[in-house]
Amino acid sequence: MTTQLPPGMHLETVDDKIMTLNVGPQHPGSGHMRLIIKVDGDYIVSCDPDPGYVHRGEEKMAEYRNYIQNIPHLERPVIHDSSNILYPYCLGVEELLGIEVPERAKYIRVIAAELNRCIYILYWLAIYGIFLGHSTMFMWPAGDRELFIDLLEAMSGARVTHAYLVPGGVRNDLPSNFEERCLRQVEYFEKRLKEYEAVFYQNPLLRARTEGSGILSRTDAIRLGTTGSVLRASGVDFDVRKKEPYDVYENLDFQTIVLKEGDSYARSRVPYLEMFESCRIIKDALKKMPKSGSVRTKLKPNPKGGNDEVYRRIESGRGAIGYYIVSNNRPEPYRVKISVGSFRNLICMPYLLKGEKLGNMPAVYWGLNYWPVEADR
Amino acid sequence: MSTIAPQFRLSRFIGSLFDLIFWVILIFSLVGLPIVFIVLFYIKLPVINNQLMTPYLAMTWMADPSRTLPIVKNFMHTTIFKVMAFPGFGFAALLAAATIFVERKFLAKIQLRVGPLYCGKIEGILQLMGDGFKLMSKEIIIPAKADKPIFWLGPLLFVGAAGAFVSLIPVAPGWVVANPNVGLLAVFAVIGFFPIIAVLTAWAANSKWTFIGGLRALHQMVAFEIPLILSLLGVVILSGSLNLSQIVVSQEHFWWIAFLPIGAIVFFITILAELERVPFDLPEAESEIVAGWLTEFSGMMYGLIQLGTYLKLYAFAGLFVVLFLGGWNGPMVWPPFPQDIVTQGITIGPVTAKFPGLPLFDQEMLNGTLWFVIKTVGVILLILLPRGVFPRVRIDMILHTGWYKLIGLAFINIFIALGLLYAGVLGPGGFLQ
Repeated sequence: MTTQLPPGMHLETVDDKIMTLNVGPQHPGSGHMRLIIKVDGDYIVSCDPDPGYVHRGEEKMAEYRNYIQNIPHLERPVIHDSSNILYPYCLGVEELLGIEVPERAKYIRVIAAELNRCIYILYWLAIYGIFLGHSTMFMWPAGDRELFIDLLEAMSGARVTHAYLVPGGVRNDLPSNFEERCLRQVEYFEKRLKEYEAVFYQNPLLRARTEGSGILSRTDAIRLGTTGSVLRASGVDFDVRKKEPYDVYENLDFQTIVLKEGDSYARSRVPYLEMFESCRIIKDALKKMPKSGSVRTKLKPNPKGGNDEVYRRIESGRGAIGYYIVSNNRPEPYRVKISVGSFRNLICMPYLLKGEKLGNMPAVYWGLNYWPVEADR
Repeated sequence: MSTIAPQFRLSRFIGSLFDLIFWVILIFSLVGLPIVFIVLFYIKLPVINNQLMTPYLAMTWMADPSRTLPIVKNFMHTTIFKVMAFPGFGFAALLAAATIFVERKFLAKIQLRVGPLYCGKIEGILQLMGDGFKLMSKEIIIPAKADKPIFWLGPLLFVGAAGAFVSLIPVAPGWVVANPNVGLLAVFAVIGFFPIIAVLTAWAANSKWTFIGGLRALHQMVAFEIPLILSLLGVVILSGSLNLSQIVVSQEHFWWIAFLPIGAIVFFITILAELERVPFDLPEAESEIVAGWLTEFSGMMYGLIQLGTYLKLYAFAGLFVVLFLGGWNGPMVWPPFPQDIVTQGITIGPVTAKFPGLPLFDQEMLNGTLWFVIKTVGVILLILLPRGVFPRVRIDMILHTGWYKLIGLAFINIFIALGLLYAGVLGPGGFLQ
């Protein structure tokens, strides 16, 4: 039954059956954002994501600091994936300033990035578990995350915001017994990962709930510009590490995980399977890494970029992160534009949630591998 | 870590204690005692051991323990004791509190955590008390546009309905608060209250989340009440009674779970749904609808709802034990009460105490309680276990399960029971009974 509005107020037809829900920003299932959801009974008729609650102007801040001072604040958007969000910045600045990175530093950067990817995915998986009401899957990844946090603490000295990758290499060399320790913990972690499969991914209730919900077809995934695990869950074989290899990824032995289904279950499974590949990369890199040598090319104090521009991108836990850096003969960049996977995956959310049941909302939302702080930058 | 205030002086503290004691005694003797005597003037005094129990006699008995016991015994046979303490509220609340503690430790062990650890010296055993005090000290916030009387009434109604449910569960032979001949029908009637309370409070809170949660609770509970009732008909057919104590007596030789496993499974699943426990905790699904119909409750109102939930959990587990696991039946393992204490009294040092009117609890009752508690705790642990291993299901899945699968299984269960009855295996006149 539709209600007639007074003249001049016909913005949209008001339907008595439709209820508007503000999921967020103060909602246990939203994160730092708001979803304006309209429901008809149990079905979602429209979803309007409203990000921007944690925008802090990282791009503008980068214009007032020199290339080295930019490091700590640029990793703030994703503090639990800080190596990966710094990676393209370092690659871009190295290209701008014309710096050669030592071979050992390249391997160490890859190890740090893969460890950080595991930290991010475990955090993501923990929240995916609690979103679906599976409290064991919240506690287990949150506990196993400590393994990698401890490793990165040994490498960089900080547990969360490492600021470990710098233009020219890494900040400091590895501690003395790092190789054995890293290998031991990674092998233990692979055993733990197999237990996740039994308790979470093969759980009949989870499969009944997520399989076939929120299906994103291959063409839609490409058309909507998704990236990362969402793209690969829809059957598109795209991984920046394989397609545009940076540093030493071309020497390392790993596969791209591609699933064809494109539903919530596939989207939840791709990052999980990627952790196995990350462990493979770490083990391979530890084997192939030069055992000694310099880890950092010294920069001149207050280095100036030329009159140049550069775009570099890498594969993070949430998809491709690209940095477009423009310099104009000054110590500070003229413009830094960050393109993040979270925001690009958010775009397809209204398409996925339309016509879904309200109970599928958490699975679809968090399956998009979306981190609100990174999307707002 | 010192918690003593900087200006603390022991002499002043002791002085204030004496002050307090003085005022308490003064007020008690000037105000309290006269009120007691005025009340006693109007009420009828009980006769215990052929003596009229005046207050002076009661105080005399308190000074002599051997003469106190008749009072205690007399009290234990009153309905007030049954309601308040043993088979009723106190016993159930104790088990419920133990359940909360065990749940937290048990879940923590599954999830590779330690659970409550610091409050109380042993494994955080006082954590529950701490949480209770915290809830009591919190402010009760009522939404501005809420329907206040019904919003206030909700938690009380919930605890009341849960208490009514508890009162129907027989714990030991003769030890049940209410023993109607249609006990099982009374249970169904009490269970029928819970969705109404959920919807009333959800509507009264005037919030979208509580509204959705209340509707979910209503759908879920109604969908699962029918298989619940149907799954228990098999037991009624075989035992030939609706009285819960009679149903327990009918299982002296065989537990009904041996003949009606399908009914037991259906009943167990419906228990999970009625209790809104994982995997059927949709009415409180926090990632979708905040906390469902409990969203607007704060402080002790929420605490009361939790208390009611765990009382309900105990009552459902007890009902499962009574209907399928033989209730209080079990081998006699409790030692008999030494008779010479009753006849000759017991000598402790210079004092010889006599116990007229003992034993207070007979052997059968203690044994029955022991078996009932063991079985109930087992069932409670089974109810807690899914929380560690299952995610939440969706509302359409839950309704599909309730309306299609469980009702079909419940009917199969009834046919099995009827077959056993008409084949002359069980039931009145059956060769196994």
